[in-house]
Amino acid sequence: MKKGMMVSGKYWLFYLVPALFFYVVFMAYPLLDSLKLSFFSGNTIGSRTFVGFDNFITLFTDPDKSTRYWEAFIHTCIFFVIHMLVQNSLGILFAVILTDRTMQHRDMYRTIIFIPTTLAVLITGYLWKLMLNPVWSGAMLEKIGLGFLAQPWLGNEKTALPLVALVSCWQWVGIPTMMFTAAFQNIPAELIEAGRMEGASSWDLFRKIKVPMIMPVVGMIAILTFVNNFNAFDVVFAMENVNGAPAYSTDLIGTLFYRVGIAGQHPVGIPDTGLGAAIATITFIVLCAGVLPTLRKTQTKEA
Amino acid sequence: MHTGKKYEKKGSIIRANRHIGSHIALIFWSFLVIFPLWVMIINSFKDRLSIYENPYWLPKKWNFLNYASILHDGDFLNYFKNSFVVVISSLLLVLLIGALAGYAFANWRGRISHALFLFMIAGMMLPIKIASIRLLEMVRAFGLLNTVFSLIPIYIAMGIPIAVFVLTEFIREIPAELTEAGVMDGAGRFCIFRMIIIPLIRPALATVGIYNLVPFWNDLWFPLIFITDEKSKTLLLGVTRLFGQYQTDWSKVLAVLTLSAIPVMIMYLAMSKQFIAGLTAGAVKG
Repeated sequence: MKKGMMVSGKYWLFYLVPALFFYVVFMAYPLLDSLKLSFFSGNTIGSRTFVGFDNFITLFTDPDKSTRYWEAFIHTCIFFVIHMLVQNSLGILFAVILTDRTMQHRDMYRTIIFIPTTLAVLITGYLWKLMLNPVWSGAMLEKIGLGFLAQPWLGNEKTALPLVALVSCWQWVGIPTMMFTAAFQNIPAELIEAGRMEGASSWDLFRKIKVPMIMPVVGMIAILTFVNNFNAFDVVFAMENVNGAPAYSTDLIGTLFYRVGIAGQHPVGIPDTGLGAAIATITFIVLCAGVLPTLRKTQTKEA
Repeated sequence: MHTGKKYEKKGSIIRANRHIGSHIALIFWSFLVIFPLWVMIINSFKDRLSIYENPYWLPKKWNFLNYASILHDGDFLNYFKNSFVVVISSLLLVLLIGALAGYAFANWRGRISHALFLFMIAGMMLPIKIASIRLLEMVRAFGLLNTVFSLIPIYIAMGIPIAVFVLTEFIREIPAELTEAGVMDGAGRFCIFRMIIIPLIRPALATVGIYNLVPFWNDLWFPLIFITDEKSKTLLLGVTRLFGQYQTDWSKVLAVLTLSAIPVMIMYLAMSKQFIAGLTAGAVKG
C-alpha cells in the first residue's frame, strides 16, 4: 500500500488527532502532572503551594505515616513474591502439560483454567470471602473430618495476607499459563526432536532447551506481575476492606494510596493529595526501576 | 516432519500412562476453579436458612425469589444498564480511534511517526491508576463527577495503546494490491479506509475489543472514585452496595454475584478461543 498513498505527514497527523487527544489528555498528562503534585501541598484545591520534598519527608519521617507506608510496601512485596512463586510456577506447569500434544482434553482444561481471569476481582473476592467463612463452611468441613480447617483465616493477621494473595493467584493464573503456552509452542519442533534423538530426558529438554527459549516471556510475565501487584486494590477491598484489615495486615500500596490520596482517612477524612501523589511518584519510580532492567535483561534476544 | 509424527504414534501408549499425574493436577485445579462457582450458583437458588443445611449440593426446593426481588429492585437493572452504556461506547470509540491511528501509522513512515507510535504504545505498560488524583480533579473540573461520562474518556485512553499496537501491525500486513485497486478507481484515502481496510481488519478489531471488554466491564477503581450517586453507579459498584445491604442474607448476595458474573461467563464459554487469544494478545505479541 505504498504507491499512490504517499502523502505528507501532516495528512496522517489528522487521523492521529483523536487518539493523541484522548491518550495525552487522559493518560500522559495526568500521569506526569500527578508526579508534579507530589511537590505541592495539597489539602484543598486551589490553594496549592510548592513545598519541595516536604511530602516525601513527611511520608518517611512522620512515625505513623512511615510505619503505614513501610508496612504496605513490605506487604506488597510479599504479595508480589507469592504471585511469582505460586501463580507463575503454576502457569509454567500448566503450560508444559497443555502443550504436550499427546495429552487429552487440553482444550477443556485450558478453558477452565482461564474462567476466573474473565470474572471481576470483586466478584471472586466476595465469593472466596464467603467460602472461607467458618460459619458457613464449618459444618460441612466437620462432616468430612476437616473441621480444624474451619477457622476465621481472613480475620487472622498471620494468614490473611497469604490467603488474599492466593485468591489473586487463583484468579490470574490463566494469563501466565497462556503466555507460557504460546512461548512453548513457538519453540521449533526440530529443536526438541533433535534433543530427544540425542537421548535427552524430558527434564533435560525442559531445563536446557525450553527454559532458555522462553526467557523473554518469563521477563514479560515478571513485569506484568510486578506492575499489577503494585496496583492491586480490588482483591483486598473485596475480601477485607480499604484499611487492609485485620490490623492493617493486608494493607497494600494500592489501598494506602486510596486512603491517603483519594478517600481521605481517619480522623480528618480529607484526602491529602500531596502525600497521595508522593506515594504514587514513589510507586512510579519503583516500577521503572523494576521494569526497565528486566526489559533490558530478558528482551535483548529478540532484537 | 513425517518421521516426527511416526515417532509420536509409537510412543503414545507409553506416554498416555505418563499423563496420569498431569490429569490429576489439572482435575484438582479444575475442581478448585469450578467448586466456588458451583457453590455460588446453587446456593443462590436456596433461601436464607437452608443455605446452611447443605451448602455444597443442589437445593431441595428451588427458590427463585432471590432473583425476582433483585430484578424487581430497579437499582440492579439500572447498574447493569450503566455498565452496558459505558462499556459499549468506550469499546466502539477505542476501535474507531485506534483503527484511524493504526491506518495512519501503517502508511506514514518517518521519524516523527515512529516516535509518536512508541509514545502511544508505552501506555500498555503505564499503570493509569497512578494518575488517579489528577484524573479525579479533572473529572470534577469538567463537571463529570457522578456521571457515567467520567469513565468513558479514561477507558478510551486505557484502550488506545493496545488498539494502536495491534491494528497498526495488522493494517501493515494488508497486501498493497488490495488498496491499490481502490486508488486506481480514484477512491479517497478515507474511502479506502472505510470500504477496504475496516472489513479486512475485523479479526484484529475483535481481538482488541475482547482485550478491552473484560477490564472495562470489570473495572471497580474508577467508578469507585468518581461515582457516589446511585443512579450513575456501574454494575460492580452497585454490587458493593448490595453486598453490604444483603449481608445477612447470603443466598441473595450469591444471586447478585451470579447475575453479575453470568453475562461475561456465558460470552466466555461461547467463544473461549477468541477470549483467550484476545486477553493475551498484547502480552504475547509484545
